[in-house]
Formats: sequence, structure tokens, C-alpha cells
Amino acid sequence: MSTILENLNSKAIQLGIPLGVHLDVTWRCNERCVHCYLDHDDLGEMSYDEIEDLMSQMAAAGVFFLTISGGEPMLRSDIFPILRRARELTFNVKLKTNGILIREKEAALIRELGVDTVQVSIYSHRPEVHDAITKVKGSLERSLSAIRFMVSSGLKVTMANVVMKQTRFDYPGVQKLAAEVGAMFTIDPTITPHINGDRSLLALNVSREDLRDIMNDKTIAGATEDQFVAVAPGADEDYMDNIPCSAGHSACYVSPYGDVYPCVQFPLPSGNVRQQKFIDIWKYSPQLEEVRSIRTRDLPVCSTCAHSSGCSRCPGLAYMEGNMRGPSTADCEKSFASTGVPSANMLLRAASQKADR
Amino acid sequence: MSKSFDSGDVYIKPSRDIAARVMVDEMVIMSVKDSKVFSLNPSATLIWSAADGSTPLREIVARTLVSEFEIDAETAYRDAVELVKELAQEGILLLADHPIGQERA
Repeated sequence: MSTILENLNSKAIQLGIPLGVHLDVTWRCNERCVHCYLDHDDLGEMSYDEIEDLMSQMAAAGVFFLTISGGEPMLRSDIFPILRRARELTFNVKLKTNGILIREKEAALIRELGVDTVQVSIYSHRPEVHDAITKVKGSLERSLSAIRFMVSSGLKVTMANVVMKQTRFDYPGVQKLAAEVGAMFTIDPTITPHINGDRSLLALNVSREDLRDIMNDKTIAGATEDQFVAVAPGADEDYMDNIPCSAGHSACYVSPYGDVYPCVQFPLPSGNVRQQKFIDIWKYSPQLEEVRSIRTRDLPVCSTCAHSSGCSRCPGLAYMEGNMRGPSTADCEKSFASTGVPSANMLLRAASQKADR
Repeated sequence: MSKSFDSGDVYIKPSRDIAARVMVDEMVIMSVKDSKVFSLNPSATLIWSAADGSTPLREIVARTLVSEFEIDAETAYRDAVELVKELAQEGILLLADHPIGQERA
């Protein structure tokens, strides 16, 4: 990250400015991915006028980075007016799409509007595997075609690979594919629970052994933030005063129905923009205030952990495990996979299981 | 740019290929083309914010820097010219010797 962006983020946190917002403009989707954490019915998504008003409020509040996502955002008939208005308000816009509805004309228009980056999820380089995950025959070919159109039009495109049991050995193929079409590549080895709290999706996560191999694979260095690392130095007093992540501090999530959460992975209802101004929710929501009050020292288990200063603990995943101040098991697994050193949470659980026996 | 900056008939407008936001009194700008990030100080932010494509630079300087900071008009204009040249070179600001309308960079 550039120094200016680092300073910008620090300043935003210090001043309480929502620097980045993830806005889902719909949860409807033309794919049915087996690991998806959303419902796809339209329960009354915001109209163009509501989104336009919200984006104006967000610009006035200082939002700079705006991720427009879904569901599949291209399913909205007014997606281009939304993107156009977002760019008129001079947001840095990132679009997350599966690309199925993007052909040459749409790619050119997205580029013309000045969208910064487009991210497309590619689960496997093998059509039968990718299409089985999306449950849409031909979806890999359509997504790749969209990526080619977008790269040709001059857009920066990222191919995002979610690793799960079915795709365990496919990320090198996807990485190669990304290089061939001129796209960037990222990898995410974490499956998250459904936004309604259902944790059955976690069964799709790769095994601990596979996660260790992936986290230590130097061929994907830089593609994930959770690379192989030695155990980070012990947490000092300054570190204990740190905030666990930017959720609620300089970033938040807004659903298609106007619900505001600290993050897309942190479904703590904090207000609704149909009932309150965005800035009032951001500044005064008791839920966001609680999230903002938490420092590393307030995490009863994690503050004692050998990984405390180097862990990418997600407070949203912890919240979905039942306690926003608790550990996030998925991140414990990643820290363990990277270093071979069990987390405090893992040690506690092992001790508890031993005592039960 | 065919005319000299000395004539004062210089018009400026942010390029379309940028993202920008004022953070308290500093403008942060990111180029969509190469993701390069710029941070403008408060006086440069005043000029950027007034860059509507239809107000001559000399008038912008008079309205902003000269009145806000009570500095010499010629010195302020020269500094502003240096600034807008740099920003134009980076591709984030349009410069023209005529008003700039809705056309895109």
C-alpha cells in the first residue's frame, strides 16, 4: 500500500471517516454457488433513487472506496446508471461480478465509466468443476470471455479463486489462466458461514493439512495476505491498544435492503438507511460504537495468543461464532497452517476436550 | 495548450479517470489508469475544487489563494501554474486555452 493510502487510512480511523463501503445492490444472482453465504430472493431491494441518495450521503461522509457487488450486480437493469452516478461522485469504484452478462459492449462501457477494478470469481480452470460449483453450465466460459473483453478494453481485472474441497488442487491452474488473459490473481482459502448464521457451509473448507500446504505455497506469494510467516513477535503494550480490523472503524457494508453492518462478513445489524441518514448510523449506531470500542487487549483469548500480533483475526467470523471479542476459528487454523504453532484458542479447546474425557 | 499561461486564459478540469475525495482539508486523488495516489495540500485543494472547466485559472487563484491566504496575486498565480502543469503531466487534470465542457479526457 502506498504511504499516502496508509496515511489516509490512519487519518480515516482517527477521524472516524468511513473510507470504504461495500454496497450490495442486489442479492439476486444468476449463479447458485454451493458456498454462497447469501439468499437470492428479492426482499425489496433499494431503488435507483434510494441508491443515488445513499451514494450522495456516502460521498458527503467521506467515503472514497466503493465496492459495488451482490448477488450479481449486472442483473440490475439500472446498474450502469448506478455506476455512472458513483463515478460522477468521484468514488474509486470496484465492481464484483461473475461476468456472465458482460460482453464487449458492457466491458467497454464499464471502462468508459472509469471503474477502477473488476473482480471475477473463478473457482477452477476446469469447466466441469467451476460449473458444478456455480450450478450453471457454461459459466466458466462466459466468465472467462467477460474477463477477456474487460482486459482488452483496458480494465484492471482480478481473478479471485476461492479454495474449497472441490477446488483444492485447482488454484495453480486458475493462476496460470489469470496470467494468460492478463488478469491479476488472488486466492482465498476461507469459506464463511451463511449470513443467516447457518454454519453448514463450513464443511466445504479444505482440510488442515491442505490449508497448511496452500499457506506455505511460495508460488502464490503475494496473492493472499496470509502467507507463510514465522510466529510474530509477542504483542507489546502498544499493540494491545490496536483495533482488531477496519470494520466499523473506516469501513462498513450496506445490503440491498439498506441494512448497515460493520462488514459484509460481520452481520451485526447496525441501522438501516431507509430509516436513518447514513452518517447518523455511522456515527451514532450503538452497535458500531461497541465494535469501535474493542481493542486487542479486550479479546480474552486472542490477547494471550502467540499469534496475537500477526493474526488476521476476523471479528465478523468471531461474531458468527457467537462472540465478537472471541477467536475466529478459521483464522486460528490459518495461523496454525502458516507457522505450525497452535493458537491459544486451539490449546484451550484441546485442554477442554481432554478434561471432558 | 497553444496560448501562454501569462495570458491568463487557462482553464482546468479534473480528468474523468480519477477518484477524489476531500479528507478534512486535503484532497486525495487516485488515478484509475495506473492507481497512482496523490495528496493535495489545502491550497492546492482549493484550486482543484474550483476547477470547473469554465473559470479561468487566474480568476480561481484570485478567488481562492489570494483572498484566503492574502498573498501576492502574481506569486500565487505562478505557483498555481506550476501545480496545474504537474497535475496535467500526471494525467489527472485537463488543461486548455478554452473552456472545457463535458468532453472527456
